[in-house]
Amino acid sequence: MTRPKLLALRVAVAVVLIAMWHVGSTVRIPAGVVSAKAVFPLDPFFFSTPLAVFERTWRDFASGVIWYHLGVTLLETVLAFVIGAVGGVLIGFWFARQHTVAAVFDPYVKAANALPRVVLAPIFALWLGLGIWSKVALGVTLVFFIVFFNVYQGVKEVSPTVLANARMLGMSERQLLRHVYWPSALTWVFSSLHTAVGFALVGAVVGEYLGSAAGLGYRIQQAEGVFDVAGVFSGMLVLAVFVILIDAGVSAIENRLLAWRPAAVAERP
Amino acid sequence: MGVVAAQVPLGTALTGSAVTLAGLRIAFPAPRRREPPFTAVDGVDLEVATGEFVAIVGPTGCGKSTLLNAAAGLLVPSAGRVAIFGEPLAGLNRRAGYLFQADALLPWRTALDNVAVGLEVAGVPTGEARARARGWLDRVGLAAFLQRYPHMLSGGQRKRVGLAQVLIRDPEILLMDEPFGPLDALTRQFMGNLLLELWGAARKAVLFVTHDLEEAIALADRVVIMGAGPAARIIGEWRVELPRPRDIAEVRLEPDFHRLYRDIWSTLRDEVAKTYARGEGPL
Repeated sequence: MTRPKLLALRVAVAVVLIAMWHVGSTVRIPAGVVSAKAVFPLDPFFFSTPLAVFERTWRDFASGVIWYHLGVTLLETVLAFVIGAVGGVLIGFWFARQHTVAAVFDPYVKAANALPRVVLAPIFALWLGLGIWSKVALGVTLVFFIVFFNVYQGVKEVSPTVLANARMLGMSERQLLRHVYWPSALTWVFSSLHTAVGFALVGAVVGEYLGSAAGLGYRIQQAEGVFDVAGVFSGMLVLAVFVILIDAGVSAIENRLLAWRPAAVAERP
Repeated sequence: MGVVAAQVPLGTALTGSAVTLAGLRIAFPAPRRREPPFTAVDGVDLEVATGEFVAIVGPTGCGKSTLLNAAAGLLVPSAGRVAIFGEPLAGLNRRAGYLFQADALLPWRTALDNVAVGLEVAGVPTGEARARARGWLDRVGLAAFLQRYPHMLSGGQRKRVGLAQVLIRDPEILLMDEPFGPLDALTRQFMGNLLLELWGAARKAVLFVTHDLEEAIALADRVVIMGAGPAARIIGEWRVELPRPRDIAEVRLEPDFHRLYRDIWSTLRDEVAKTYARGEGPL
């Protein structure tokens, strides 16, 4: 499929969905068809309308109030991502190279990863306050494990032949780390990066939602508190666009760093 | 022409031995406890003289690759002795280059960087390493593919990069594990001639493992036949005294080649039959 055609189809999906939403929330079904009164298929009180959501979003950007909240969420996401990814890479490498350490900590790592992160949010708020750090901590607990497991796997699954060849070519342990283990782990890190970025944002927004004074999660929570459905949807719209932009950035970095991969593998599902 | 081939006594000592395997036994622990370990090879005596091209032929699963790994220092033998130029081998064999059967190139490096890596890790400046790598890729006929990643190359091209990657370090011993196994017949011929040409220029000691008897005779100075495993041992050795330089395609048409082939095959056939009888499939 050519790029313009693909783009056209993607836009068409959005147009059809928004059109259905628009019609459903603005055109009443005449009285007597489904009930005695004329009713909306999608009641605007519960579903708002596309125009109201766009108008709200536009006003937020035009007045500039949203920028501050967007900036706070972005900062939390970036911090959570960087801290979690660096920690995951370092500890993943350490565990993969030290079998004893990995064997001892294995059950604890699994237990910690199985814990639902939402229950940690109040604890982090208690420890770190209502500022950005409690949200960063929540994001880190999500990002860390994704990156950690992928680096661990990536280092473990280096082809034994490639490894033996590198040894025979005269590489020392440190050179193996740099020329074989690291590039091999990098492919796994990148395959997890898209997920990891998403989770960093989830951590930030959920943290804000549960208790904060700024950020997109805070905005959505405030809107929900007063049954402002347009405000909630507007917050979700901004979040969605935000995620797509970040993901495109990750893809661009990935394509640069992993140019050596066969195209079929490089294409994400 | 007189007798060009003669069966030589087992374990003949040669002067200037590059690789010595003496009384070698290699066993692997069983997958389950309480089972006896699996013995791949047992009682193997083999010498490769400096500058000699030795081919090992044997049925599938007879432990040919295991022998190479022991000579490379990648495997520690359970019993016996490995000596390199007369010195007992401890750790990796730093004087050997190893061309693996499976793809062993670093997939994240271009052909050029793959060939240069052996020099880079030895401390040669990047610029010089690259210049020499370019020269080697030229010699194996890949001057136009410097910037290709391994997945963009054909199987034969990858093997040629592998050959350059090993030879650029100028090892004194060359270990080759069915290097041309997965290639088509024409490419194998081309690769065989390329190998002979490069080997003729700088006579390394070569230990070449193959399951193809014709290839072994066409390339080697000496053909060693291994019996069927487990606990496989060497069951025969033949000297190949066909004149050099050889052309792989043409040498096969010589009457002496056929005589030697028939002679060796009569021994090898029984071993293949044993392997079949155990249900381990074809060569």
